[in-house]
Amino acid sequence: MTDENGPESRAPESESGSESNPGSESGPESSSGVERENNGSRFDRLPASLEDRSVTGRPTREEVVAWWTDRYGVPVEVFEGYTFWEKGSGKLWAFRGEAPSPIAIEGLGITFLRTRRDHWKPTTDAVQRFGHHATRNVCHVSEAEAKRFVAGEDQDIAWEGDWGYLIVAHELAGVVEPIGVGLYLYNELRSQVPKGRRRDLK
Amino acid sequence: MDEFERYKPLIDDFEAFLAACERPLPTVVRVNSIKTDPDRACAALDEAGIAYEEPAWQPGLLRLDTDRPGATWGSVHGWWHGQEEVSAISAPVLDPRPGERVFAACAAPGGKGSHLAALADDSCTLVANDRSLGRLSALRFNFERLGVTSAAVTNRDARNYSMKPFDFDAFDRALVDAPCSCEGTIRKNPDALDDWSEGYIETVSTLQRKILERAVQATRPGGVVVYSTCTFAPEENEAVLDDVLEREDCRLVEFDLALDHDPGIAEWHGEAFDPSVRKAKRVYPHRNDTGGFFCARLEVGE
Repeated sequence: MTDENGPESRAPESESGSESNPGSESGPESSSGVERENNGSRFDRLPASLEDRSVTGRPTREEVVAWWTDRYGVPVEVFEGYTFWEKGSGKLWAFRGEAPSPIAIEGLGITFLRTRRDHWKPTTDAVQRFGHHATRNVCHVSEAEAKRFVAGEDQDIAWEGDWGYLIVAHELAGVVEPIGVGLYLYNELRSQVPKGRRRDLK
Repeated sequence: MDEFERYKPLIDDFEAFLAACERPLPTVVRVNSIKTDPDRACAALDEAGIAYEEPAWQPGLLRLDTDRPGATWGSVHGWWHGQEEVSAISAPVLDPRPGERVFAACAAPGGKGSHLAALADDSCTLVANDRSLGRLSALRFNFERLGVTSAAVTNRDARNYSMKPFDFDAFDRALVDAPCSCEGTIRKNPDALDDWSEGYIETVSTLQRKILERAVQATRPGGVVVYSTCTFAPEENEAVLDDVLEREDCRLVEFDLALDHDPGIAEWHGEAFDPSVRKAKRVYPHRNDTGGFFCARLEVGE
């Protein structure tokens, strides 16, 4: 039961949805009984498409999968068998089991995507789990750069592609392995690795 | 370790047992098959210059020549998880399959639960429960790093676990890795016996009986329940099994374990147990240079 990452290493900035979601609001039920707003105390399954949507502004499964394909080239098939859930406004989770919606429990799969702001942001968990299927917006870094990145440091890196959230990957044991998310702006790669996941490997 | 004198009649080569309990434990990681395979994990260790041995009894375990397995790329990527070697016993004994509904009643901090998910190709429905919210936080952190996408995490009392959040009313398999007096972790935590008392053993055994009983009730006819602890006390092991055999429709079944082990004991302090408790397995530290462990496999009546 030894755990190399005890709870003390979990930083408040962690991307994982926490027990309390200060940014979320508990939506009142409308007279029809259908939720119109997001309820931060439970997981709600994303609607398949816009036609199935009742909560205003909630992303659809279709949009979420299309975003991963458009932005990173992850094939649609990778997400077969997965359902996507919102707990806390704009905090999406990916789950590969059976659960009814809504469901008020502590966790459902892994944190997956933040959609609250204009630019959607994948989580470290999602990038590590699905990022090896990506074909674009993947920034391959050297060993030295990878160590700075996972330590949480920002660094100047030449990058010819799009700005915004990139998958940062390095080579490990002969395979390209995604480490996490970097925000690329003005020739600088800003590490988005949450505090609890940072390591000093130097 | 005078507390262990009570086990002298049970253990061959008792002096070697005590000597083993004094030694620190090797650093062991389990390779996480959700993210990589043993060959790549070994290649990553080679690149990091960390020497390792592969225990023969179960593939995917590595004994590392470092006391900081967390400060490695493999750990960053969730390629491996640091856990005691014996804690890798329970999940393969439960043997979960893709598509099944699997219950881990006392799942935090998540080493065995993530092992269950990996064995089912991360495509079962793993209900990972723990009563402690703090420990659940550690479980979620570990599950996320290890890429476990098939787990629904709940924070309930396993003694009266309700299936209410879910659409199904029974599990195919359940693991009860029960809270216990942790005697078998003495090599990892030299202070493991600080709060030891026979009174505590009695208290925790009541808790164990109730959790196991509920897990058997929540498992479908023909389903499998595994009961494990990291302690030697028969009150927390065979006596708990004896109790559930009497109260619930289930039976103990044989299983394979490639580690050197002893059978369960059918008598303790003058009390005779159901003789089938001999099908359970006791793992002692001096036999395989590991921690101590107890494991039993039950089948629920049809």
